[in-house]
Amino acid sequence: MDYLVRFVQLHESFRKAELEALADLYGINMDFLHYDQYTPHCIVRLPDENAARKIAARSILSKGIYELWGSGATYAELHQDVKHRTSNLWHLYRSSSFKFEIQAYQAKRSLAEQDALIQSFRYTGFEGPIQLKDPEQTFCIFEECQWGVKEPTQVYLGRLVTGSSRPILDTYTLKKRKYLSTTSMDSELALVTANLTHANPGKLFYDPFAGTGSFPIACAHFGAMAMGSDIDGRAVRGKHGVNTLTNFQQYHLVDRYLDGFIADLTHTPLRTARILDGIICDPPYGVREGLKVLGSKDGGKKKKEIHWIDGKAAHLQSHYIPPKKPYSFAAMLLDILEFGAVYLVDGGRLSLWMPTANDEEVELEMPMHPCLEIVSVCVQAFNKWSRRVLTYRRLRDEDVKENPPTRQAKQEEGSTANDLNSFRKRYFEGFKEPPPPMKEV
Amino acid sequence: MKLLTVNFLTCAVKGCKGSAASFPLHFEDAELEQREIGYNPTFLSNILPRLDWDAITTTALELGFTNLPATKPDGSFETADEHKVMRDLHTLLMETEVVQGKMVCRNCGHAYQIKEGIANFLLPNHLV
Repeated sequence: MDYLVRFVQLHESFRKAELEALADLYGINMDFLHYDQYTPHCIVRLPDENAARKIAARSILSKGIYELWGSGATYAELHQDVKHRTSNLWHLYRSSSFKFEIQAYQAKRSLAEQDALIQSFRYTGFEGPIQLKDPEQTFCIFEECQWGVKEPTQVYLGRLVTGSSRPILDTYTLKKRKYLSTTSMDSELALVTANLTHANPGKLFYDPFAGTGSFPIACAHFGAMAMGSDIDGRAVRGKHGVNTLTNFQQYHLVDRYLDGFIADLTHTPLRTARILDGIICDPPYGVREGLKVLGSKDGGKKKKEIHWIDGKAAHLQSHYIPPKKPYSFAAMLLDILEFGAVYLVDGGRLSLWMPTANDEEVELEMPMHPCLEIVSVCVQAFNKWSRRVLTYRRLRDEDVKENPPTRQAKQEEGSTANDLNSFRKRYFEGFKEPPPPMKEV
Repeated sequence: MKLLTVNFLTCAVKGCKGSAASFPLHFEDAELEQREIGYNPTFLSNILPRLDWDAITTTALELGFTNLPATKPDGSFETADEHKVMRDLHTLLMETEVVQGKMVCRNCGHAYQIKEGIANFLLPNHLV
């Protein structure tokens, strides 16, 4: 059976990936028969209505899924298709309460026009009461128009199967969240990322750059047990009586918040074992927040010596803050993938956000790891830069083709943040074109 | 910090990871609290194979819990006894939290502080 997915016309490159991730999560075979990034209507083939309901009910970037009753470039074509496809179905809905809706994309219809369009489907012979609130069946006419042209270029008729998870955005919006920071991930994209990573009941999810806990909350919403850590103790502890735990309380998700702790990914306290079902992270890009790991800037000089203050070891004092050094973003990405390879179970997923400049002068290479297979790449574009979310799947050991590389420790002691992070450098230069190379005379 | 999390944690010092003495970390001056949370059998049976049972036994004994089964339950819920085992496990792993204290690595001797339920695994410079 064919279904129409009514997407939002937003975050276009995430829409297909989210739906595919959900189909994969539920083991449902889904084929895209029609997809166009410039329109909100997409046609998929699915085994049955139950499959359609499962996928769409969890999606964030669709508004709903409809059983496709017909399509056409004109209304004449549409009516013909509807009669051809569904005349055997009409009797099923003869006495149901129902309503018709019209959703016109990039156009508007007057009430009189809407009424005429709805009446044109009289031949379906529905005799049930018309009920605008909670009818048993909702039929929707979808119109696609070019800007400024009244006649649609494409029309569809669909029977509503289910709405999506979009209404929860109102609950999770950052506007209402009590504990936030400047870099908290937007709740819509956090929930989409949780879908891409297959957050689901019974699974253990971890965010090593948890901050105020946007991703752990999104994962817990979909039923996963969430754990987070951050190198910045202030983020984990919170302040003024609010913290990650109170955010979970705000959403009644405390049952699914395992723990938060303070740790550095490059010196993780997790024991080496395949314990995680999913990892989601948005590592610091080093622009608004510094990208730092444990260590000291002056390199090996003072290393291995305990620092003493008034005859007491400094690191045993309660207010001790361990020294940190700037770190290369590229190295951090590889560390994250290596972490995923070590800690994810077979088939476990890792989603990773990373920035890139739009002019591709300094396009950061997509990090790869032999144990991880890339599943999807989604892009959120801003004016002069974009960020991407890369989603990987942990391969079974027997499917890994090459040996994992032994990570070479780079010589990066004492370097500045700019030297280590070409994206940060370009960001603060305003992404200006580099001067043309001097010609030799 | 829940006792389940404790079973996933070891010393953050790189040289300690390979040493048997670094896991589990050992509690000192631990203050415990019981906090009721929803029973989640789906999660429990998914996570059971990933638990290190010897380490759980060690941790539980250190904190004064003695009624743990000697071997890891197989995660089945069929009989009333099996059900009770999983319920008890839920109470121990998910509802028992260390709110204050230290966790010590027996390999390097470093002590990680736990304050208000949040453990700090950042290392001083000489251990990085």
